[in-house]
Amino acid sequence: MFMRFFATMGSKLLNVAQGLGEMLALLCQTIYYFKEAPRNLTSILRQMNIIGVDTLPIAMLVSLFVGMVLSVQTGTELALYGTQEAIGAIVGVSMVKELGPVMTGLLVAGRIGSAMAAEIGAMQVYEEIDALKTLEISPVRYLAMPRLIACLLTVPALVAFAIVVGIFGGGVIAEVNPKINVPFSVYYDNMIRALSYKEIFKGLLKAMVFGGIIGHVGCYIGFKTSGGARGIGESTTRSVVLSFLLIMVANYFLTRFMI
Amino acid sequence: MTDSDKKAKNGHLQNSSNPRGTFWSQLAHGFSPAIVEGDSCQVGYESSSGVSIHIENLNKSFGDNHVLKNINLDIEPGETFSIIGPSGTGKSLLLKHIVKLENADSGRILINDHDVSETEAINAKRSFRYSMVFQSSALFNSLTVGENVGLWLREKRICGEIRIRRIIQEKLQLVGLAGKQELRTSELSGGMKKRVAIARSLAMSPDLILYDEPTAELDPVTSDELARVIISLREKVNLTTIIVSHDLNFALYLSDRVAMMHDGEVVAIGTPDEIKKSQNPIVRNFIYTTTKGIQGEGG
Repeated sequence: MFMRFFATMGSKLLNVAQGLGEMLALLCQTIYYFKEAPRNLTSILRQMNIIGVDTLPIAMLVSLFVGMVLSVQTGTELALYGTQEAIGAIVGVSMVKELGPVMTGLLVAGRIGSAMAAEIGAMQVYEEIDALKTLEISPVRYLAMPRLIACLLTVPALVAFAIVVGIFGGGVIAEVNPKINVPFSVYYDNMIRALSYKEIFKGLLKAMVFGGIIGHVGCYIGFKTSGGARGIGESTTRSVVLSFLLIMVANYFLTRFMI
Repeated sequence: MTDSDKKAKNGHLQNSSNPRGTFWSQLAHGFSPAIVEGDSCQVGYESSSGVSIHIENLNKSFGDNHVLKNINLDIEPGETFSIIGPSGTGKSLLLKHIVKLENADSGRILINDHDVSETEAINAKRSFRYSMVFQSSALFNSLTVGENVGLWLREKRICGEIRIRRIIQEKLQLVGLAGKQELRTSELSGGMKKRVAIARSLAMSPDLILYDEPTAELDPVTSDELARVIISLREKVNLTTIIVSHDLNFALYLSDRVAMMHDGEVVAIGTPDEIKKSQNPIVRNFIYTTTKGIQGEGG
């Protein structure tokens, strides 16, 4: 009874260790191929278009409402103590440090990471990856490298837009909500005073790490796909779950070490 | 289809037969620096010469399932060699070993006396190219027909861009798909996909070409066309061809020699005539079936 328990635990642990090792190996290979990036400029730009331009409207809409709800929630509480002028600082700092990068990261993981896993997974299942290998083209260079670079560059850009829109949304609510009633100029001054370039840089650095996680997980899960249409479906789910998990874990450690 | 539709379609085809391709494809591949390198190709691209293959005591297992059992085969340079046998006997797996998509548990495969399992560095120096036509065609969905055919040339920077476009045109013409460069792969029928896959393989100017179940999804007429393409290739280009198929008549019609696999083992090797006359019960059982066997002769 106990033996079986330990055997199951052991084999699960081994699986996790093997998965981590494979992910690390793939990451090293992908980074090795960064030197070939200029050659694959077209496919990097194509991926940046998919990740950036196509995701921008929904990312801005999401962060607009995040900023607005933040403003309503904290503003009405602050108004009880008559300190609602601080709302600019609160919305600004939380958008830049946490909500902007994390919310956008989760959105991109759901929208792009899953699509990547499904696309590469389908290529794996339908022998296209094998075909690439017989054409002597490295699948890592041809598929993973452009996606990882595109994610690393595009997610911070998306987050920058998201932060601006979120702060704007918060400001509008602070002005129009009768309970808060903070003029936009006051909100803006307060927000500017609270933010420094360093904070913004840290927020964008987080976004870049999240982008890397999304791109890498999408490609890794895609390459590991097997078992037909059902396998592709499972890969899609798995990539979203793993990206969410890794983003949350990375967020804690990044925050802890950047304080 | 109305007249104006027809005109539009004809116009489209005329445009796409332009060797420079459409504006967009020129723009996309203009990023490739190959465009400035002019009309020449890398040395050795044009010439292909058949290779010999020597397979020695090859074994492969998946868990308890011993799929390939002590395979020994010798294939001569320039030969058209077919491997026939029922589904699930390891024919396709054997092909995947030859092109290094799978690693053997024991035994070795020599192509022109180079061991294929040796490290990349040694393989980089080898003097032959191989390509494989997959059962599912395995075309890249995100690319057009022309881009699929030219992928290897562009990625490896074998030729200048203008030359690449001409090669794409030539290879598509060879498989009877002239002027279809700009079509999406999703617009193609099963037989056309297969022919594009063959054109993609030919664009490598290979010394060894492997077909995995080339007739699996084709109707009899298209199978005949495919056979003609393979035969005309053999006449024009000196290459070694390996065909894996359970389509008995197709294999017997095309091949110089045929090997029969059964249950992970090679049970018979010989010319098509020798195979037809074989007294081996396993071979007779396979070739004299009712619906797909060869006609007459005790069927």
